[in-house]
Amino acid sequence: MATPSAVATARREPAPRRPGSGRNTELVLVLGAVAIAVFGYVEVGVNIDGQAPPDAAGYGAALGALALFTHGVIRWKARYADPLLLPIAVLLNGVGLVVIYRLDRATGRNHAAPTQLLWSTLGVALCVAVVLLLRDHKILQRYAYLGALGALVLLVLPIFFPPVYGSRIWVTVGPLSFQPGEFAKILLAVFFAAYLAVHRDSLALTGRRIWRWELPRGRVIGPVLLIWVAFVGVLVLETDLGTSLLFFGLFVVMLYVATARSGWIAIGLLLASAAAVTVGWLSPHVHSRVQDWLHPLGSIAAGQGANQIAQSLFAFAWGGLLGEGLGNGHSILIGFAAKSDFILATIGEELGLVGLLAVFLLYALLVGRGIRTGIALTDPFGRLLAIGLAALIAIQVFVVAGGVLDLIPLTGLTLPFIAQGGSSVVTNWIIVALLVRMSDIARRPPLPAREA
Amino acid sequence: MARDPQRPGISTTGRRAGTFCLVLTVALAAQATRVQFFNAETYNDNPANQRTTIQRYAQPRGNLLVGADPVTGSTATGGRYDYKRTYTEGPQYAAVTGFSSQIFGNTQLEGTEDALLTGTDNRLAGWALWDAISRKQSPGGDVYTTISKAAQQAAVQGLGNQKGAVAAIEPGTGRILALASTPSYDPGSFAGSAAADQEAWNKLQADSNQPMLNRALRQTYPPGSTFKVVTAAAALANGVVTDINAPTGAPYPYVLPGTTTELVNDTSSCDQPNLDLDTAMTLSCNSVLGYLGVQTGLDKMVSMAQKFGFNDARLDIPVRAARSNFDTSMNQSQVALSSIGQFDTAATPLVMAMVAAGVANNGTVMYPQLVDKLTKSDGSTIQLMKPHPYQQAMSPAVAGQVQQLMTDVVQNGTGRNARIAGATVGGKTGTAQHGVDNSGVPYAWFISWARPTGSTDVPPVAVAVVIADSEATDVTGGGLAAPIAKSVMQAVLGGNG
Repeated sequence: MATPSAVATARREPAPRRPGSGRNTELVLVLGAVAIAVFGYVEVGVNIDGQAPPDAAGYGAALGALALFTHGVIRWKARYADPLLLPIAVLLNGVGLVVIYRLDRATGRNHAAPTQLLWSTLGVALCVAVVLLLRDHKILQRYAYLGALGALVLLVLPIFFPPVYGSRIWVTVGPLSFQPGEFAKILLAVFFAAYLAVHRDSLALTGRRIWRWELPRGRVIGPVLLIWVAFVGVLVLETDLGTSLLFFGLFVVMLYVATARSGWIAIGLLLASAAAVTVGWLSPHVHSRVQDWLHPLGSIAAGQGANQIAQSLFAFAWGGLLGEGLGNGHSILIGFAAKSDFILATIGEELGLVGLLAVFLLYALLVGRGIRTGIALTDPFGRLLAIGLAALIAIQVFVVAGGVLDLIPLTGLTLPFIAQGGSSVVTNWIIVALLVRMSDIARRPPLPAREA
Repeated sequence: MARDPQRPGISTTGRRAGTFCLVLTVALAAQATRVQFFNAETYNDNPANQRTTIQRYAQPRGNLLVGADPVTGSTATGGRYDYKRTYTEGPQYAAVTGFSSQIFGNTQLEGTEDALLTGTDNRLAGWALWDAISRKQSPGGDVYTTISKAAQQAAVQGLGNQKGAVAAIEPGTGRILALASTPSYDPGSFAGSAAADQEAWNKLQADSNQPMLNRALRQTYPPGSTFKVVTAAAALANGVVTDINAPTGAPYPYVLPGTTTELVNDTSSCDQPNLDLDTAMTLSCNSVLGYLGVQTGLDKMVSMAQKFGFNDARLDIPVRAARSNFDTSMNQSQVALSSIGQFDTAATPLVMAMVAAGVANNGTVMYPQLVDKLTKSDGSTIQLMKPHPYQQAMSPAVAGQVQQLMTDVVQNGTGRNARIAGATVGGKTGTAQHGVDNSGVPYAWFISWARPTGSTDVPPVAVAVVIADSEATDVTGGGLAAPIAKSVMQAVLGGNG
């Protein structure tokens, strides 16, 4: 018994050394993030009009006020929260607003950036609400099944609305439209975390043995598979492959983290390949996406001009190492999805490889902090939820960035915090709120009474 | 619950999940580096990538200047391509400038000096490395041409509605003073990328008069009797003739060697044996010059022709001129015909101007040049034209003899229409038959040079004029082409005086 426990001790996080709360670090970083966003906004104006936008001060004040208010709430209600989460979210959101504003200028339609600012405000408001109202994340565990049901409803909803660009993923009410799938992903993460927290041992250890595989009991794995199949089925009907891929990745990662059975990964990859081949065979839409991925310049050779992927690659390449400067690129040539799925190409063209890697680094930091929070927590539900939410961000960034960079077939997802899209930005702020709340609990020093 | 001691806990699997996320990020970073760094040039150079074109039209193009005045300009379009080319007197200078079109590319000086004009030429950068890093686009530089406004104007006006060309050279330096081709076109009419530009282009392409053909540089014509200047120079330089006033021993009638065909003359005054070279040139006698060409021999004839620019396929001024031809393998009768500018002999007006200029410059043919200097947009010079010799065609003594022959042609012979009061003019006419059974309207040629009377300096101007198609009834070099050469020479002499 001595050896395993020694290993366990060695692997545990370093003993709490009563770290500073980090609130002042957060304050400095938040102000820096706001300053960078305002600088970018001014740069767009200078490069396009030769002068700073007249409302730069107002924009900076609004962004600063939002960020500082949120910082204040965290200082008040979650003072041990990870000090990097909020600054990263503010910076990514700020960069997104700048790039959308820049693309607004190129399209002659000037309302995407203000709309996005409105949605960002709503997102921040919900973030604040979650931090204020949710004292302990474990409460969420109680509503996991209800949440799963809600997620299912959200996912089915768009079937009753007309498709947009070939995908039935939008719900349109008057002038407002949103993607329910974005909200559903949090509910799904909560459900997986809650379910796996309870059943992880039985999933890992019990069941019949067939050849070398130990299969879990049907009644244990049944509900998970059933829900998962329902989701994927709906998504395939809606031809929203990006979201399917995201949910699938989330499912496999969380299952592995909970059970430590690498067999799950093998089964997952097998299922994924089968699904991909089937869908690719059934859907010409997907087939053409794969062709575009393999031959991004094929449409040019065929005399049909550059397609979106080719235009995206042209934009990235033109940016080179240091970029053209905000406002100086031509990524608008990409076409209709320039502000959403392809917004990364504008970053690549105007901020260069250096700017792009900085953005990737920010995401990596955010994900890393989420995973760290998960490891530092003590309750299985919280651990799984934090890691799941972090994985959500990582997979989503990989799927959309990999798609526009021609690393993987393009499936279409929004770039967290940066891309145009209300449901996306609101959802991601809620994820940050959950991570803030959980990291506060994880990093909270033990009560002095216990310490003594 | 059962606990498997072998099974790692969430701390471990969570870390592994974190590592997996890190691997995803590294994959993205690697792919981004591949696209933006290693493969960037491939994508940038792809013809379907509009960025190069957008960048090229993002700033005003540098200008082409005649004297101190730009003959080009740029105008903001408000479209995706910010600026397009304009031309102040498009048709007049089209043979010099060429065109710069957003759809159809760049030709002539607009083409050869494109890097400088668009601002991509390395010599424009102040701090090359820093500019490359900061991606600062240099403003386009300017190209000063060697063209003389007065000479160009005289050439274009002289040609008028006729189909033809003029090339004028400053013999001492090789500077091209005029380069005109008619009918001409307005390069500004299709500089943009609108439907109207496309339409203007299509109309020009469909025009049977070929207005976009640069007849001074890019078209060759049989030079006819103007080529006799080359033959005379070859005969004198090789000792076949030593005294231009002494009998040459040329027979009459002259039967082409190996045939029974007589080489006929246009005037009966030529129809006698043993004429001297001076008389033969003055009257443009085919029989004498054909005979002298054969006496000189193929090799020496080829050698002399090539010293004036014939058979040079890479004559860049910097715009490339079409190759003028003098066959290098012929029998004697073909040599005789070629020596009077017939058979396969064909020349651009530029090369015939080089012939006149070489004679005028005491035998040294200077390399013709169209660019005087290149400057940055602030006017500082990047490159200054330096005259350099093309070939030493003959000795100054022989050149003096040929000058005398040419002066006599203008004074007493077929070139009298080119006489200028107060100037010594040397010239040679040519009327080249062509077409099936010589049914086509003959090409009327005139090559000449002029200097102020009494001056012993190198003449300031040499000209070649060709009229390819005219409404006139009496088509001769002396009648049609000589007056145009005269007005061009007068424009230069007047400018000097």
